Amino acid sequence: MKPETEAELAELVAGLQQPVRIAGGGTRGVTGPEAMIETSGLTGITLYEPGALTLVAQAGTPVADIEAALEAEGQQLAFEPMDHRGLLGTNGEPTVGGVVATNISGPRRVQAGACRDFLLGVRYVDGMGQVVKNGGRVMKNVTGYDLVKLMAGSWGTLGVLTELSLKVLPKPESTATLIVHVAELTQAIQVMSAALKSPYEVSGAAFDPQDGRVLLRVEGFSDSVAYRIDRLKTVLSGFGEITEASGSAELWRALRDVRPFHGQDGDVWRISVKPTDAPDIEARLNADQTLFDWGGGLIWARAPSGTDIRGNLGRFDGHATLVRGAIETVVSLGHFQPEPTEIKALTQGLRQRFDPRGIFNPGLMG
Amino acid sequence: MPAPNPDVLRRKAAVLSRLLQVLPEGAVIHDPAETRVYECDALTAYRCPPMLAVLPSTTQEVSEVLRICHEEGVPVVPRGSGTSLAGGALPTADCVILGVARMNEVLETDYDNRFIRVQTGRTNLSVTGAVEEEDFFYAPDPSSQLACAIAGNIAMNSGGAHCLKYGVTTNNLLGVKMVLMDGSVVEIGGAHLDAGGLDLLGLICGSEGQLGVVTEATLRILRKPEGARPVLMGFDDNEVAGECVSDIIKSGILPVAIEFMDTLCIKACENFAHAGYPDCTALLIVEVEGSEAEIDYQLSKITEIAKRHNPVELRESQSAEESAKIWLGRKSAFGAMGQMNDYMCLDGTIPVSSLPEVLRRIGEMSEEYGLPVGNVFHAGDGNMHPLILFDANKPGDLEKCEAFGAEILKLCVDVGGCLTGEHGVGIEKRDLMSHQYTPQDLEAQMAVKDVFDPSWLLNPAKVFPLDASEARRVAQLAAQ
Repeated sequence: MKPETEAELAELVAGLQQPVRIAGGGTRGVTGPEAMIETSGLTGITLYEPGALTLVAQAGTPVADIEAALEAEGQQLAFEPMDHRGLLGTNGEPTVGGVVATNISGPRRVQAGACRDFLLGVRYVDGMGQVVKNGGRVMKNVTGYDLVKLMAGSWGTLGVLTELSLKVLPKPESTATLIVHVAELTQAIQVMSAALKSPYEVSGAAFDPQDGRVLLRVEGFSDSVAYRIDRLKTVLSGFGEITEASGSAELWRALRDVRPFHGQDGDVWRISVKPTDAPDIEARLNADQTLFDWGGGLIWARAPSGTDIRGNLGRFDGHATLVRGAIETVVSLGHFQPEPTEIKALTQGLRQRFDPRGIFNPGLMG
Repeated sequence: MPAPNPDVLRRKAAVLSRLLQVLPEGAVIHDPAETRVYECDALTAYRCPPMLAVLPSTTQEVSEVLRICHEEGVPVVPRGSGTSLAGGALPTADCVILGVARMNEVLETDYDNRFIRVQTGRTNLSVTGAVEEEDFFYAPDPSSQLACAIAGNIAMNSGGAHCLKYGVTTNNLLGVKMVLMDGSVVEIGGAHLDAGGLDLLGLICGSEGQLGVVTEATLRILRKPEGARPVLMGFDDNEVAGECVSDIIKSGILPVAIEFMDTLCIKACENFAHAGYPDCTALLIVEVEGSEAEIDYQLSKITEIAKRHNPVELRESQSAEESAKIWLGRKSAFGAMGQMNDYMCLDGTIPVSSLPEVLRRIGEMSEEYGLPVGNVFHAGDGNMHPLILFDANKPGDLEKCEAFGAEILKLCVDVGGCLTGEHGVGIEKRDLMSHQYTPQDLEAQMAVKDVFDPSWLLNPAKVFPLDASEARRVAQLAAQ
């Protein structure tokens, strides 16, 4: 089912007799019922005001179209959404609705914020087939409850997004990346913390244990980048050998898309923790391969198929998401960290009211 | 406000005695002479002493209070420091005010992970105060930051002058401990980024104390920039000033603040603070951050853009004293306007491109209503603060002012903006909500309250138009 207008979608949902899977371009690995609503028929940028840093688009608009429009004005989606195709082996065209529904943010999240922080407004069709709007297209808006944040990262379980309004930012004139060579993870976390708590506006801090390299990104006007890189070299001089990388854009795109895991088998987990907890968490994971982003706050882990990473971790502050796994593993462990009883009561209550018939991506989020 | 529930008023003594069992003597206020302290917030035109007020010191005490009020069917109005400009903490005669002012401890500071955990009665500025020794700060900076509490900041999703770069409260809130109306305690988020599951943290922030009472908050802290400096520019035309803002943003520079003032405000501020403002139609203050060299570079680009728009004045600050002087006028805008007369401060947001049209319409309406308006404006993000002058002692003037204010807010919505950018809806804009939202839009929001507070006892008569929320509030009464 591929409606081409919001009204058509609303009518279709109102008449649904069975649960459905909601898909944008189908690149994010959402499993579910056979029957599917695709939003890729709802396309087009409806408003773009570079001088106001705002863009409004239909949910099915390809991310590539949006990035091209922004590029033409020297702007960008600052939250740097990941492309899941290489990691998940999916095809199709990533859509802006898919990015928002899954609240996908890349390396710049640590400085600029997550996708949800750049989402200004939504329109969606709820489980009864009613069109609802929340937020708008202005940056400051506290009019009523913030359902905008709620819809971001709700994975289609509360409604089918139809239109999104986003805050965009200028694309930096220049980017540079420092490489700090370290011996082990604890030291890597110290380097990243030192860089992120400096006043030099580090917009990416990642570590790949396979080559022992910490990557630190600085962006902005050329002179400013040169100055800050220089200052960072001084601040971090005690930690290890420091070199400057070439090809920054490609380096960070590879990190954003977790490229070191591409073509490798096993399950892939994404674990969000307090950065300085990362070494302890890593020791408990029993993973085959890891990659650290967000200054250590985001751990990508690859483990043998069927590994219960949450079981290995036991109690910890944070959450672990199964991003890629065999269907049996997904069924037994679930994509998302189970919630404490009181929280579960709240989220189930919300789902019950937004989608009383339980027809949108049932079971996906618990 | 809806009429108080006579049944609750009748049971005041019983409720009081139950509260005294769970709170120390001095934490329960019941003498009408003392409850009067809580009769209003910063929206002083509306006043009503509460039935009782409580000042718990721990999350456990908050939980006990809410459990008792829940069992007794008593409405609860949470209160931070009472600085709401929208009536967010306005009591009803049958309510218990729950003030978090005694809960002001710093629980944890962690520079390596860049967060602070505080009890929410702590004031906004004292959060920065707690991390300043390490050159860190807490970014959201509402103008009441000396007095306002983090609890209220979270309830209203407060912003400030610097949110173009740093965002508002919701972008800087990592986790909360919150007590629901039935007394249960939930923890959401923490020191890690992006709480798992549905974004309940984002939902709670800005819910105006209607979903729960937040007692602890984990907040993101940032390293202070090396320096900051403003440039002041004056124009003879609002439209040109608006174009200049748009051109600065399009150039790729992201200033930390872009403030706009119109003629009336410029004159008032100049007379009040003697900041050396030029005599012009529109004034912009643009501030940038970084090292000295970075500031110089950005300001040179900004002034180059400004020159293309023929400014009548262009003054780049050369020293800390000059910077302070440039900001002095803007920061005293409310005081300066207050000296001229009583004023009502509005808070609508508009798309920046609509600025000239909105200012023109406000000017026309000002003539029609016979009430002067001064405009200060966070131009980078479209958040307007029209200040309507009126005389509170003149019969009918307040009503006229409110009608005028409502027209301005409707205009903000009609050009693609919203009713409130940072003050919140409270009671002030409650009945205008239907202008921005359809019944279905409001129903979706009220359904959220149904989940968190099924008995509609937490701050019940706020945010939603009274007729829209009536069925739910009445059902609550009938259930008792």
